[in-house]
Formats: sequence, C-alpha cells, structure tokens
Amino acid sequence: TKGLFLFKGSETEGRADRDGASDTEGKQDVPEVPVPADDTPEVLNKALSGLSSRWKNWWVRGILTLAMISFFFFIIYLGPMVLMMIVLCVQIKCFHEIITIGYSVYHSYHLPWFRTLSWYFLLCVNYFFYGETVTDYFFTLVQREEPLRILSKYHRFISFALYLTGFCMFVLSLVKKHYRLQFYMFGWTHVTLLIIVTQSHLIIHNLFEGMIWFIVPISCVICNDIMAYMFGFFFGRTPLIKLSPKKTWEGFIGGFFATILFGILLSYVMAGYRYFVCPVEFNNDSNSFTVYCEPSELFQLQYYVLPSVLQSATGWTTVRLYPFQIHSIALSSFASIMGPFGGFFASGFKRAFKIKDFANTIPGHGGIMDRFDCQYLMATFVNVYIASFIRGPNPSKVIQQLLALRLDQQLHIFNSLKAHLIEKGLLPAVEEAA
Amino acid sequence: MTELRRRGAAADPDSTDNLSDKEADGDDRLGLVGDAEGECEGDTKANTPDVPPSADNTPEYLNKALEGLSSRWRNWWIRGILSLTMISGFFLIIYLGPVMLIIVVMSVQIKCFQEIITIGYRVYHSYELPWFRTLSWYFLICVNYFFYGETVADYFGALVQREEPLQFLVRYHRFISFALYLAGFCMFVLSLVKKHYRLQFYMFAWTHVTLLIVVTQSHLVIQNLFEGMIWFIVPISIVICNDIMAYLFGFFFGRTPLIKLSPKKTWEGFIGGFFSTVVFSFIFAYLLSQYQYFVCPVEYNSETNRFAVECQPPDLFIQQEYTLPAVVENTIGQKTVHLYPFQIHSVALSSFASLIGPFGGFFASGFKRAFKIKDFADTIPGHGGIMDRFDCQYLMATFTHVYIASFIRGPNPSKVLQQLLVLQPEQQLSIFNTLRSHLRERGILPPAVLEAQ
Repeated sequence: TKGLFLFKGSETEGRADRDGASDTEGKQDVPEVPVPADDTPEVLNKALSGLSSRWKNWWVRGILTLAMISFFFFIIYLGPMVLMMIVLCVQIKCFHEIITIGYSVYHSYHLPWFRTLSWYFLLCVNYFFYGETVTDYFFTLVQREEPLRILSKYHRFISFALYLTGFCMFVLSLVKKHYRLQFYMFGWTHVTLLIIVTQSHLIIHNLFEGMIWFIVPISCVICNDIMAYMFGFFFGRTPLIKLSPKKTWEGFIGGFFATILFGILLSYVMAGYRYFVCPVEFNNDSNSFTVYCEPSELFQLQYYVLPSVLQSATGWTTVRLYPFQIHSIALSSFASIMGPFGGFFASGFKRAFKIKDFANTIPGHGGIMDRFDCQYLMATFVNVYIASFIRGPNPSKVIQQLLALRLDQQLHIFNSLKAHLIEKGLLPAVEEAA
Repeated sequence: MTELRRRGAAADPDSTDNLSDKEADGDDRLGLVGDAEGECEGDTKANTPDVPPSADNTPEYLNKALEGLSSRWRNWWIRGILSLTMISGFFLIIYLGPVMLIIVVMSVQIKCFQEIITIGYRVYHSYELPWFRTLSWYFLICVNYFFYGETVADYFGALVQREEPLQFLVRYHRFISFALYLAGFCMFVLSLVKKHYRLQFYMFAWTHVTLLIVVTQSHLVIQNLFEGMIWFIVPISIVICNDIMAYLFGFFFGRTPLIKLSPKKTWEGFIGGFFSTVVFSFIFAYLLSQYQYFVCPVEYNSETNRFAVECQPPDLFIQQEYTLPAVVENTIGQKTVHLYPFQIHSVALSSFASLIGPFGGFFASGFKRAFKIKDFADTIPGHGGIMDRFDCQYLMATFTHVYIASFIRGPNPSKVLQQLLVLQPEQQLSIFNTLRSHLRERGILPPAVLEAQ
C-alpha cells in the first residue's frame, strides 16, 4: 500500500496521512488523479522568484486573496443583477469541478452520453428553481406576457416533464458492460445537484431579502477562514481534528471571537445604507432592479440597556445598536462553529478520493469549490434563519395564491381574516351584511 | 470469471422459483452469467458483491399444496396467490380508512429504505461501520420529521393553533428540522475513520439518494391521499393493472422484445397493456367517482378529533354530458355520453402509467443488474422485496402530484390562511382590502356600503 501515495509538495492538511491510502476496497480503485500543474501566472512568478518557496506560497495566496476580496466588493457595487449572474457562474463551475472528479474517479470519460446528461440535469434543476423564484418576485411582469404566464402556470409540470425526459434518456443509455458506472455517475450527479444547486438558489433568495443578507454571511465565513488561519499560524498548538491536522483549537477559538467582532462592526457599517438593507425589487415600469424602501425595524438604531456586568466594564448604561447586529452575532457564531464542519467534510472528501484540490483554477488556492466549501452550509442556515425568525411568508406570493383559489374558498378565507383582524383591533367591528 | 459462472449455475435449481422479476427465468441468469464481460469495469474486480441468492421462504403449507405441479406452474400459482393476497390487503386497508393508509405508506417507506440501505451495506462490505447504520436511520427520521411537519401544519391547522407546544414546533419547524439534520451531518464528519473515508462517503451519498427517492415520493403519495382517496387508489390500481396486463399480453402474445435491459418485456405486452389499462381506468374511475368516501378531500375534524370525508363533490366528480365527435357517433349511435370529468383525467393518468411507468421498472432492473442482485429482498415469496413491487409506483406518485398541482387544484386554502395569519398586521390589512375589492368585483360580496374607516 505504500506505493499508493501521491502526495507531493508542501503545505495543506492531510498530506502526512499515510494510512488514508489503505481503504479496504481501494486496491484497484485508487484513482491516480494527476496533480494539478502549477499555473501561477508568469508575472507573479517573476516578481517572487527571489523568495524561498514557503514565503513565495504565502505571497501568492495573499495576493490572490486580496484579488478575490476586491473582486467581491466590485461586484457588490455593480448591483443585484450582476451578483445573481456571478452566483450562477460559481454554481456551474463548482458543478463542473465535482463532476470532473467523478469522471476521473470512475474512468468514465468514454461515456459521452453521460456528460450530456449531467449538464442536462443541471439545466433542468436550474430551470425549476429559477422558475419558482421568478414567479414569486416578477409576478407582475409574468402576468403581463402571455407565454410567460403559461410557463409559470404549468411550471411544475413542465419541469417534471423535462426531468423525466432526462430520466428516460438515462435508462435508454444503459450499456451492458457499464451499468454500475452509469448508476454511480447518476447518483454522483444527483447528490452534487442537491448540494450545489439548491444552496446556490438559497443564496439568491437571501439576496432578494436584502443585499446585507448576502454580504454579511459570506464575509463572516471569509473572515473566519482568514482569522482562524492567522491565529493558528501565530499561536497554534493543539490540533483540532484528525481530518485536518493543520487546524488548531487556538485558531478555532481565536477565529470565533474575531469573527463575532467583525460581524458586529460590519453590520453596523452596512445597516446604515439603504442599498444594502432594502429588499431587492423588480420595478415593472423601469424594468430594472431597485433597492429603495423604508428600512425595516431591524435596521433602525435602538437603545439597549446593557447588563450590569458590561455596564461596570465599559461605563455606559445604554448602547445604540441595530437589532440586526444582534442577529449578526448568531450568524457569525454559526459561521465559526459549523462552517468548519463544511470544510472538514470537503477535506474528508478530498482524502477519500485522493485528490489534493478540487481543481486548479485559482493559483495557490485550488478550485472554486475549495473556496466555497464552507459557504454552502452558511447559505442554508441564513435562509432558514430568515424564514424562521425574521420574515414571514412573502405577501405578494400569498396574494397570488389567494387569487388562484376558488371563489367559495376565497370567501371563507375572507371571513376568517376579517374575524381575525377585528379581534386584533385592526378593523372596526362594524358588521356589514356579507 | 469461471468461478462466478459456476456460482450462478449452482444457484439455479433452488432459486428458479424465487425469481421475482417479470423478465426472467432463464434470461436474467443468462444475463448474469453471460455478462461476465460486465465484470471488466474499471472498478469492479474487488467490488463485485457476492450477494447470496435469497433463500426460498415460501410458507410450508403453500409448498405442500403445490407439490404435485411442475416447477413452472408452481411458480405461477405462488405468484398468483400472492398477487391476490396483496390486492385483497389493499382493499382491506382502503376500507379501514385514511389513517390506516397513512400508516401503511409509512411502513412501506421504511421497509423500502431498509432494503436499499441493506443492499448498500452488502455492496460496500460496510457492516463493520456501526455508526453508519445509526446515522442512516437518523437521517430517515429527520427527513420524515421535516416532511410530516410541513404536511401536519397544513392540514391540522386548527388543532395546531390550539396546543401551545405544537404552535412553537410549527412556527420554528424549518429551523428545528435543519438543526436536527446538521447534528447528523456533524456526527458524520466526526465519525470519519482514517481507513474508511471512501466507504463512508459512498454510504452517505447512498443514504441521501435513497432518501431523495423513497421519502419524498412517499410524502407525495400522502399528499395525493389528502386530496381525495380516489387520487391514491386510482393511480396505484392503474400501475398494478398495467403490470398484470402487460404480463398477460406478453405471456400469450409476446414476440418482439422491447428493450435489452429487460429481455422478457415485449412490444405486444406493452401495447396490449396500454390499451387495457386505459379501458380499466376509465371504468374504474366511473365506479369510484360515485362515492363520497373516495372523492372528498380528507379533512381533520377538530371537534371529533378524527378524519372525515364528507363534502359536496367537486365539479370533477359530477356527471356531465359530452358531445361525441362525429366518428364515434356513427360507430356507437349515441350523440352524447354522460361522463365524469375525472374519467378524462384518468386517461391521462393511465397513459402515463403505461408509457412512462415501465421506465421506473427498467431503472430498477438496471440497478439490480449493476449491483448483481436478483431482488431487492425476499420479503414476499415469489415476488421479492417490497421495493420490487413498488418500483413503478414512485414515478406515478410524483406524476399524480404534479398533475394535481398543475391542472386540478390551486394552492391549499388552509395553508394560505395559515400564511396570512403569520404576516405583519399592515400586510394583512392590505391583503384584506385587495381581497375585498376582488370579491366585490366578482359579485360575491355586496358592493361597498361606504363605511367610515
């Protein structure tokens, strides 16, 4: 089994783990995934040729990190539309990376049908999810255009029919010698779709809630990554988990507190701007996205009385905070505590399939998936958090459903609603003959 | 390779009787043995699971009763008797009512899940990962909790509003489900053992795909049930009928093979099954549409704490006159015909069951071939496991659900009301006004007597 190692070179976790090679069923299965070539751009190479390889690596990672963060700010500036497109591109690239790994693992390059089918399923699932989103948020636009209205009314049926076509194509494409491979790729594709596509759509839902719900979670995860790395680098001593030997408890705890602090400060800065705080809406007249509204209570400064402990410590009695900052503590706690589990999952996955990185798209960092592995759990959490604690159902969606009901059902709901509103004192209790 | 061939041959005598698949007696065995080349996949040398052939578990008395017959007719009789038993069981639970049906659906779901997971364990020799069995069942409970919570909240609205702990559970339902799932996810990550990473990831994925297929669709079945028991009974009966009819037509007239995957299926069986199923569903829909018990949505009566099926039958189940096209008029000599609109929908349902339903069966056959298993399990003598009986049903359940959502009903009124009551008061007020003007426009409400607001 010693001959099965393929770790080369320097850093990242897990390379020292010899025993990971001796899976019980791994003898013929260990894929010899070729190590990605070093594709650092020439310009960087020349600039850093003087330094030793460790510092060179550090500089490459640092420069690329700054480049990615600047890019992030740039697309925020460009607005919701561009953000959605970027999310879509990231999703497609991640899907492509994982499917490519599947092909390498199963040597299934020579099943051309399957590549087509995987992309077809990606299209179907995206069509389904975008259709659901579009119908909610672009309700007026959809009602205006006749073909869109039909597409939206029978949306589920159309999506299901498209998916079924893919399913039948898969069954018809089963080739005698390759049943198992094909089923593996089918399963692999579906799990990938489940993880990546559903969560990228949750990100877009969060985005529509207000850009701050998109920016703050992503920033918290990035900050936690960087802070945990820094704390680990300078103070790291006790290993955290066998899966990732380079992670340490010092990094974990330091990252936790640093991220919470960062989250509070960033929310304070962002909550003041309508651009970030308002739900993204589609303006029918101007046919563009607008972020203009009266900020909700969550984003209005309020006075909080400090508990006596803090009072003595800081000398203030009350403090002015946005309620959102308190929510941001919950978000950053999740990012620091649970986010790393997403990272461990990805590490375990890479160990299981003996790959060093998902791909080699970003020099020094690996593939897109490597950067986004912690983000996915975060996106789902934020969506569930919003749905449970922040907002209720979307009123325009409720009206739409209401108007689709039968008239007698509408009347029944009307009466229940009236009774409820009268009870709450929102309607005067004048009984009209209905 | 020769070893496998011998093993396959040795399994012949005692397992001929236990072939569950329609495609099969000698053909599948031929498929297994002659498919020795199928072994030469990149990853199978060490991985071909030697799943032992299922033992014959036909009950003793059946064996005694059928001793005299030749093995082929004996097999026929066993399958026939078990088919009748299952169909009678089906009628019995319909008679027992909706609660019973839900319980049976749950049991079937759990059994199917268990069958597929057991296959996964055998394929990957992962019996020695005890954590994983616990985790698989834990994920099953989580996903079921999530889905049942969504359903319960919709249909039991009144009951939920009454009980305080239930209200809390419903309001934060998604968050609680997500937290439960995350706990399982973290357990999985913490349970990764050095030498078994790949196995564990495989089992993780296997569990999730199984959950996706089995659990989501069983919940769609239950949602169809709440729409009206006829939406549960008719699709299932159609699939069973298509199975039986295609088998009979294939048995008596079968000549041209249909698809390489299932050598025993024939075009004659396929087409014959299609037409006979359409006729069957037409007649069956006519019979069932007359009874309120089948036609009315299942509702939970908060006062009596039971399910009730009583209502004014929807338009779909009221006979209407249809003018026949001229062609049919001349043949039959009747100008108009009284039909339930539902019968027309049943034609759509039976077409799907006959044309696309078999693909679910082919998928399951391919799956069994891929993993070199004969049946999913050996629960039902002569028929194999529960999953073998239900493989065609799953596509049907999803189709019925999508069909209902797209063509029959709109959103669920109790769910809409529930969402309304959760909104902010200003939003409720604005919706109230919109609804009021809409109803006035339609003449349901008397026009506005301008009140001082």
